Amino acid sequence: MAELLQFVFSGLTVGAIYALVALGFTLIYKASDIINFAQGEFVMLGGMTTVFVAQAGVPLPLAAGIAIIATTAIGLALHRFAIEPARGATPVALIMITIGASIFLRGTAQIIFDRRFHSLPPLLGADPIQFGGAAILPQSLIVLASGAVIVVALWLFIERTIFGKAVIATAANRLAARLVGVDIRRIVAFSFAVSAAIGAIAGVLITPIALTSYDAGTLLALKGFAAAMLGGIGSALGAVVGGILIGMFEALAAGYLSSNYKDAVAFLIILVVLVAIPQGLFGRAKIERV
Amino acid sequence: MRSWLEIRLLPPMAVAAVFVCMPWFFPSAYYYRIGALVFILALAVAGLNLLMGFAGQVSLGHAGFLGIGAYSVAIGPAHFGVPSWFCLFAGAALSAAVAFIVGRPILRLKGHYLAVATLGFGLLVAIVLTNEAGLTGGPDGMTVPRLTLFGWSVRGSDVWYWIAGTTFLGGFVLALNLMESPTGRALRAIHDSEVAALMLGVDVTRKKLTIFIISAVYASVAGSYLALFNGHITPDVAGFLRSIELVAMVVLGGMGSILGSLVGAVLLVVLPQALTIFHEYEQSLLGLILIVFMIFLRRGIVPSVAAIFAGWRK
Repeated sequence: MAELLQFVFSGLTVGAIYALVALGFTLIYKASDIINFAQGEFVMLGGMTTVFVAQAGVPLPLAAGIAIIATTAIGLALHRFAIEPARGATPVALIMITIGASIFLRGTAQIIFDRRFHSLPPLLGADPIQFGGAAILPQSLIVLASGAVIVVALWLFIERTIFGKAVIATAANRLAARLVGVDIRRIVAFSFAVSAAIGAIAGVLITPIALTSYDAGTLLALKGFAAAMLGGIGSALGAVVGGILIGMFEALAAGYLSSNYKDAVAFLIILVVLVAIPQGLFGRAKIERV
Repeated sequence: MRSWLEIRLLPPMAVAAVFVCMPWFFPSAYYYRIGALVFILALAVAGLNLLMGFAGQVSLGHAGFLGIGAYSVAIGPAHFGVPSWFCLFAGAALSAAVAFIVGRPILRLKGHYLAVATLGFGLLVAIVLTNEAGLTGGPDGMTVPRLTLFGWSVRGSDVWYWIAGTTFLGGFVLALNLMESPTGRALRAIHDSEVAALMLGVDVTRKKLTIFIISAVYASVAGSYLALFNGHITPDVAGFLRSIELVAMVVLGGMGSILGSLVGAVLLVVLPQALTIFHEYEQSLLGLILIVFMIFLRRGIVPSVAAIFAGWRK
């Protein structure tokens, strides 16, 4: 029982990070129909920038703030210089652009930073808390709490502000939104900025638990994308549930089967779920008009 | 009818001419090596293009079939003493069987859902190849015994240049013929609208499955060649980055253009070689070039250039 509890805790922690990455995918997809494969790179940039700014002598919280702002700026730049000029390109071409951006960011991070693994000191110390026979790192609780705060804040912003309403309108019907005066370009730019910020926060939070390096983004992007699809693309609730489910599958597979095959189990389950429910857990089936 | 046939076979004939003449300009064996690599990858890309460009189905896990082909010619001779040439065919048959089993359920998925399902499939192949170390040598990979045909050991970059190029040309003509067949027309109908194709009596599921299997066989043969040519193979051959590279070659060259597949392969094989002079900036430049190409030639190089020429003629 204690063992199971232990696996569930570690699954929740990792799952919360996947959920944040999946949320980034969902937000950009909602606003622009683009699958942004550079999403994992935002996480990497958040972690790596914090590490290097802190090494330069800046206090940790300030370093984290700088990293989040810098990553947000990079997200905006990605939209301005790569996505905006390619307006009207096919979805596959746009995916290739985001993949190009992820290769570019990874390559540049390797030059500016280095090729080693890095960690950050945990915010509330490294002594595990005992709970029902399982040990929880205080940092895990911070990850979970921050994840919940981000999800709620984003939900409040989207549902309760006029700008959020414009985002919903854009997601529902771009042409209709433009006709009632919504500036689509600003909405899409906003979605890139917020996704980058969420990614960077995830990066700052997870680095004390899992190490980070210049190439940490690829796998995170894959898991986040898979989580978003598992939940049903375009559904924020689906992204969160999908992320946590994948984290759980992985932790349980690593604990009870083999840690070598934890990724295999996660993707096998995604395959099975999608075959059973082709539009994901919370997605809506698209009806094609002929 | 005759003139139509001539136009259709013009691109492969032009490629054949370049293929035969190129070696006169090769200063060293290194160029044969690059040429062989280009044709091997172009074969896999041509197969993927049949799936993506013609049938409109995305696969982000096609390197999985590359891996099956590659490890067939590695494991068969090394562990079971089966001749390499036989393993090449057995690998292709295995890939076709896997494509049949996997394809049936996942080809029902659409768009990004299909993308994530194929992605999962490719990763599963790579994970199995990495972890079954007793058979595959694990992450470090394994040595691939040389191909022996009629007592003659096939080795050397120049020999492989000719083998790979000839096979690619065969695959090129085969793909063109396939696209002009009833199956090809049905696939293009599916590409334009699945529901409309269905209403016209096209067996959508079966046609999609057929093309998925064919593209898997192309990738498997390319994977076998790659393993035999390099003499060493690691699970990276089936990895996500390989799959992405194949998709990038399809999209850069031009979806729906087999000639574009070759151009895409040339670009992404030659470019990194050329960029090595920039040392550590290699990756950044590669990413930038990919972005710039997709912004300015968004339909792919061959279709975009063809459109420009068509504009001039008017």
